[in-house]
Amino acid sequence: MDSYYLSHLDALEAEAIYVMREVAAEFERPVLLFSGGKDSICLLRLAEKAFRPAHFPFPLLHIDTGHNFAEVIEFRDRRVKALGERLIVRTVDDAIDAGIATEPGGTDKSRNWLQIPTLLHALEEFKFDAAFGGARRDEEKSRAKERFFSFRDEFGQWDPRSQRPELWSVYNTRIHPGEHIRVFPLSNWTELDVWQYIAREKLEIPSIYFSHRREVFQRDGLWMSACELLPLKRGEVIETRSIRFRTVGDILCTAAIESSCSTVQEIIGEVAALKVTERGARADDQVSETSMEDRKREGYF
Amino acid sequence: MNSRTGDPQADVQLLRFSTCGSVDDGKSTLIGRLLHDSKLILEDQLVALQRASLMRGESEVNLANLTDGLRAEREQGITIDVAYRYFATPRRRFIVADTPGHVQYTRNMVTGASTSSLALILVDSRTGIIEQTRRHATIASLLGIPHLVLCVNKMDLVDFSEEVFEAIRKDFTRFSTRLKIKDVTVIPMSALLGDNVVDRSSNMPWHMGETLLSFLESVHIASDWNMQDPRFPVQWVIRPRFGRSTDYRAFAGQVASGAFRVGDRVTVLPSGGQSRIQDIQLMSRSLEVAHAPMSACILLEDTIDVSRGDLIVASDNLPHVGRDLEAMCCWMDETPLQLGKKYLLKHTTRSTKAMVRHLQYRLDVNRLEEDSAHVLKLNEIGRISLKTATPLLYDRYHRNRTLGGFVLIDESTHATVGAGMLEEPAKPAPLPERVDYSI
Repeated sequence: MDSYYLSHLDALEAEAIYVMREVAAEFERPVLLFSGGKDSICLLRLAEKAFRPAHFPFPLLHIDTGHNFAEVIEFRDRRVKALGERLIVRTVDDAIDAGIATEPGGTDKSRNWLQIPTLLHALEEFKFDAAFGGARRDEEKSRAKERFFSFRDEFGQWDPRSQRPELWSVYNTRIHPGEHIRVFPLSNWTELDVWQYIAREKLEIPSIYFSHRREVFQRDGLWMSACELLPLKRGEVIETRSIRFRTVGDILCTAAIESSCSTVQEIIGEVAALKVTERGARADDQVSETSMEDRKREGYF
Repeated sequence: MNSRTGDPQADVQLLRFSTCGSVDDGKSTLIGRLLHDSKLILEDQLVALQRASLMRGESEVNLANLTDGLRAEREQGITIDVAYRYFATPRRRFIVADTPGHVQYTRNMVTGASTSSLALILVDSRTGIIEQTRRHATIASLLGIPHLVLCVNKMDLVDFSEEVFEAIRKDFTRFSTRLKIKDVTVIPMSALLGDNVVDRSSNMPWHMGETLLSFLESVHIASDWNMQDPRFPVQWVIRPRFGRSTDYRAFAGQVASGAFRVGDRVTVLPSGGQSRIQDIQLMSRSLEVAHAPMSACILLEDTIDVSRGDLIVASDNLPHVGRDLEAMCCWMDETPLQLGKKYLLKHTTRSTKAMVRHLQYRLDVNRLEEDSAHVLKLNEIGRISLKTATPLLYDRYHRNRTLGGFVLIDESTHATVGAGMLEEPAKPAPLPERVDYSI
């Protein structure tokens, strides 16, 4: 019987495909949140495995902060075109113009919080009742308690204290009109699994994940990308270093690490040996011990 | 390159296990120790822990703070919900469902146990087997977990005494022989000091068995899946709307148990239609075999009507088909089970209305005894008889966890109110050649 066992990647893949098909079958209008980041790149491959040779039974949606890396946007459009699927883009700038979101005052210009109203508005606009996200439970403590099918009320909020129990692989998909479900097919994946899957499936990823020379400066122990949106504070100096990014997000709060990795294989080796969690390079997660839980309650990804 | 996980082709198995425990028995410390000693606590997490411990006035880093994720849990120093943790060794990847141990969290324990193939239960060596230990073991047994490890913890507080350990082991074995768990292992340890967690204890040379981690790495799990009964619940029908392949129909799903091969003779239930497997595909690539728990697509030789909720099975191995069902049920909602009320029942990819007709008994999970009862309340487990609007295609839960488990959903609140594990039908009805299901 030993020939009948699945490797851990195969088991994780089978589970994620199952979750995607359940959503397609049980919801009226699902959508897949695609950012161009490595986790959502895996989601696209899993969707291919779940639904090819047919088209995906849902469109893709990108909530663009307007502060994205140009390389990522270029990659996003190319990937979508190659797949022949439909992409919807809603931007934080549009949301600000429409009065749905307001640019924060103060020195922190990160648009992380502003993605929330933009996303919720887009879900309402298209009456999406289920949204796939690439979040994983290993990313952060409050995410460790997240369900595969995470219920959101009509205000888009998450209540960690009254989550539906999830038994076996039987998922309760019932919702009332106006409510929606966030679905996380990669719940049980770790950062390393994602990289191993990218290697195994030979998936293309945006170039900023690989080592490149970039103008950066150090803030609170993190390497930040030098750009007009991030004015230097006293004592901060711009220098050129070989760096890469472990996550792709708002350019204002995504920090780089010094790295010489130029292949996925090298990244896998680096991730396995790294001493800081992936979220440790996200300035937005260092505000307080529960900053992720607070954002999630409001309706964050 | 780190040898731990560096090779992307590393073909390691995945072991899902659950832990139950309360604040005092050192469960969080044990998990923290497993993560710490297998070098999986990263620097920024350690710094955050040191900061948190300092703020609470604790002198040392409290490994328990690593596992309690929600604000309310950290404020109250308790674990409320199921939390999932991940760690890896060169030999295996682990998913830990970390659940609270008090009786008011039975539903969380049941949830964590439902996806686990191993249960890890902690007992304080100073108190020995207590009510909670028996409750956890009973739940693990009810949920069909094949392996159980009893961790006799805090051995440092009883001078690493072999006599104390032996007394606890005998006490537990007496109880566990009444359970359905085939594989029970007992390990003496000190999670606080690390004895027998990852590294072998020099304080307990009398313990000949393995350490916890080496046991977790080597326990035989390949045969935990049911490989006897080929079952494929259809999730979705793939029908491309472009190109030449307009008559292409692939039935998408995850193999629940057993294995399917190209050429196998299969029956589609409930219609009873028969065919052979023409091809098995994943992303348009053909596979020779699909076995549990693979996700795949099955293409049949004949054009027969197949849709979501149908079950493809081997023609020489049929499941039970019926509307009158017997099950053990754990109640998960504040509002008690109401006899005669219509609930929504979800079983594999099939949903139907169901009504609980009779509560035969309530199980005292602490003593493993049957109590008579008229009502099943939150966190209680009982034996029920129910009737469904359309027939279920199922196997006995203890033979096949996927084909034997279901949930009950309240139609007005949409809450998941109950979890059921199907038993043999009360009166096994012979399956006729053709069944008329037009009820």
